[in-house]
Amino acid sequence: MEFIKELLQFLKARKKMWLMPLIVILLLLSALVVLSSSSALGPFIYSLF
Amino acid sequence: MPSIVLGISAFYHDSAAVLLIDNEIIAAAQEERFTRIKNDSAFPVNAIQFVLAEAGVDGNDLSAVAFYEKPLLKFERLLETIHSVVPQGAFSFIKAMPMWFKEKLFIKQIIRKELKKLGARKDLLILFPEHHLSHAASAYYPSPFSEAAVVTIDGVGEWTTTSIGYAKGNNITILKEQHFPHSIGLLYSAFTYFLGFKVNSGEYKVMGLAPYGDILNEQTVSYIDKIKTVLIDIRNDGSYLLNMHYFAFASELKMIHVKKWEKLFGIEKRKPETELLQAHKNLARAIQEVLNDIIIMLAQTARQLTGSNQLVLAGGVALNCVANARIIEEGIFSDVWVQPAAGDAGGALGAAYAAANIWFKQPDRKSGACDAMKGCQLGPHYDTAAIKKLIAPFGAAYKYYNDFNELTRFIAKEISKGKIIGWFQGKMEFGPRALGNRSILADAFSADMQSILNVRIKQRESFRPFAPAVIENDTHLYFNATRPSRHMSFTFKQLDKISAPAVIHVDGSARIQTVNKNVHSRLFQLLEAYKQETGHSLFINTSFNQRGEPIVCTPKDAYLAFMQMKLDWLVMGDFVFDYTLQPENNGPKERKFEAD
Repeated sequence: MEFIKELLQFLKARKKMWLMPLIVILLLLSALVVLSSSSALGPFIYSLF
Repeated sequence: MPSIVLGISAFYHDSAAVLLIDNEIIAAAQEERFTRIKNDSAFPVNAIQFVLAEAGVDGNDLSAVAFYEKPLLKFERLLETIHSVVPQGAFSFIKAMPMWFKEKLFIKQIIRKELKKLGARKDLLILFPEHHLSHAASAYYPSPFSEAAVVTIDGVGEWTTTSIGYAKGNNITILKEQHFPHSIGLLYSAFTYFLGFKVNSGEYKVMGLAPYGDILNEQTVSYIDKIKTVLIDIRNDGSYLLNMHYFAFASELKMIHVKKWEKLFGIEKRKPETELLQAHKNLARAIQEVLNDIIIMLAQTARQLTGSNQLVLAGGVALNCVANARIIEEGIFSDVWVQPAAGDAGGALGAAYAAANIWFKQPDRKSGACDAMKGCQLGPHYDTAAIKKLIAPFGAAYKYYNDFNELTRFIAKEISKGKIIGWFQGKMEFGPRALGNRSILADAFSADMQSILNVRIKQRESFRPFAPAVIENDTHLYFNATRPSRHMSFTFKQLDKISAPAVIHVDGSARIQTVNKNVHSRLFQLLEAYKQETGHSLFINTSFNQRGEPIVCTPKDAYLAFMQMKLDWLVMGDFVFDYTLQPENNGPKERKFEAD
């Protein structure tokens, strides 16, 4: 809960609430990746992500 | 109540922990030294335990913890990058996401959980200075200056890739920033990748390869022209834009579009560990020249913006001692200081300093005479009893010297005979350089020593140069050094007379360490003994590790490395080990390290 509160405060302060739908979509897709047991970080080259 | 701040860097590369008490560095160490995994990015549990124990405090005594960057701001950059490039690279982002949702977004919770195990309060203050503010703080606060221009350059932090600031007293003001994806750190890494080296660890190999390139060769000139006209648009103030048509790092899990680079430069991407052609050397020279030009422009802009006559530098690119030397040569500043742990490990130090100075407004401790890094001797140290205990299981043969002068005279003589020495003394260094506490030492005047050390001992590329440790007051006899260089942060040109092939690069430069009697006293004593024996004031000082292995930390690490590399002698404290007298079953052990 603390994290969600902080995330919302951060997005509001930065005027980036428009990123919220993207976060939800990515959360769902990454859940799919985890559930389908594929490698979390394939050909990892540079830790920009 | 003293102010006790724990600085942490983690989760990208080279995790570290640092402890400051009342603005003084008490201890600092990288996690890789304990886990024996090079550039370990895991949460630095071992390093934290060490720095707390070294200071004799526990989690409950901490005033605050400072993490070296802002995870949410980094996440914002990631999301906006996805938004700007999707559908390109969408799958790469999705693959990276579980890591974010699993740990990278929950760093505060992880810190709280881990420190609770070490006795920290539930309401412990956790601060998140920005990545480049952490670098800036690591450059300024431990420097000898009480005001300075600050330049930080690395791959990328949250958004910032390059910054210029001004620091005075307790304050640092950021004046100018360059944002992702435009990054000279990433540009240099892209060339590192194209030249067949590992990104994030092979950059210094490109720097070492560059002098083999011919600056007068038409090919090198055309490479420089192509870089400056096609890959990067450089403005007079040192700001720049990358041509993202050629780079893939913003949208995929790779650095560049290889085919486009091959077409641009007319050569294939070099496969790792294959032969280095003159074209590769010329390309390394070309990118090093471009980097030098940009850094000089940035330094000039920093001088103009701040009016300061002193410069401090940090960020991974500040480990490029060739570019640092160019700033000195240009005479833009009267003095330049570089944070020796300029990469992300040093971010832990900067985060702690930022918390102590900006948040807690701790009184300034600067003496003005020298920096606050204590010669980087901030890691674990082992006394005679500890060495004896840790070596006992090996049944090793050794001689104990009651008189250290006698020991140095003996070892100096052995170095002069061409023998190779593992040298383990006092506190382990913080940062990437071995400065005489976890070092391999050898004769610099031997014609074949560079090849022996590179190929036989360290099992790495034969072109790589070694650094000399030289008595500080005798530096002028060998090099055109105008200042002490105690952390190997600059290269200097040799004077005409010297003939030390193992430490002089093909362009006549050397990445020297000037050894001061009061900073690295035991190494200084050995150099003095060596001078008496040979008349020379310098020898090779390279890190005590094999290729891909973190620098040794404990007596056990040192003994195993000594046995595997078949060094002639190992000196640990006042103990001297002769390789020929060691039990046969002690080595060489099969210790596997991934090549860097």
